[in-house]
Amino acid sequence: MAKISIDDLKKIKEKTSKNISLRSGDANVKVTVHMGTCGIAAGARDVMSSLMELVSESGRDDIRVVNSGCMGMCSSEPNVTVEIKDQEPIVYQLVDANKMRQIFKQHVLKGEVQTDFALGKI
Amino acid sequence: MRELSLHILDIAENGITAGASCIHVTVKEQRDTNRIMISVRDNGSGIPKEMIETVTDPFVTSRTTRRVGLGLSLFAAAAKRCDGDFAIDSGPEKGTAVTATFTFDHIDRAPVGDMAATITTLIAGNTDIDFVYIHQINENDFSLDTREIKRELDSVPLNEPAVIHHLTELIRKELGELEPKNKET
Repeated sequence: MAKISIDDLKKIKEKTSKNISLRSGDANVKVTVHMGTCGIAAGARDVMSSLMELVSESGRDDIRVVNSGCMGMCSSEPNVTVEIKDQEPIVYQLVDANKMRQIFKQHVLKGEVQTDFALGKI
Repeated sequence: MRELSLHILDIAENGITAGASCIHVTVKEQRDTNRIMISVRDNGSGIPKEMIETVTDPFVTSRTTRRVGLGLSLFAAAAKRCDGDFAIDSGPEKGTAVTATFTFDHIDRAPVGDMAATITTLIAGNTDIDFVYIHQINENDFSLDTREIKRELDSVPLNEPAVIHHLTELIRKELGELEPKNKET
């Protein structure tokens, strides 16, 4: 069977391992994309792709992106939870790639909660 | 679901919830025999015996946050309406294997969709789980195993944005190469 080529990974490794040694290891921000059936059907994967791009653009290394299941509020999917250290977690609703961009730039990077898109605090 | 790849993401998330440490995703597009087979296999806790018969019933779910469970029901319905088959093999020791087949050129068959996004979403969101992804089109295939990638990357985490970006591009490229070459035109 044809194996996917992993040669280029070596280059990435060399490039990124320098930065990684500088990392403190602790995440200051955790962004959760809720990926139940409801979330996926409503477009959570696009939100996740957009989020990964944003993290990459920002150059920040203290932001963790994780998946989780449905919270039980399927009608408000896709939901995204932003948890900044020592602050209350905020759940956003009906997120799409554009809203994700705004939430990331304003809330994750600047700490301004985007109340227009928020579903509530946990 | 608009894409089969979204079903795959959804079913794989079930395995993650079931505490799996390794998930196999296989897509076999047998276009010459007009079939497409999708299988998602995990080594999680498995489905209890008394539930296995009813698990594709939308009103059966193990979760407690709501009373409906649509993931497997939707996948089974998608296969059924494309003159396909749907099977679940599950046990407490072996985990769960979900297999669905579709008629390739059935008018109701959703496109395979963005497999690269599905796989990298799984990898990025669950770094502690290993994923094996095999995609076959007719006699051509390729495989990706995150255990090998992890070994190669050493100390660099798998969810490093540069790695995820690279993997997405890599899967897209490989899938493009699997496509049969069109000799006409």
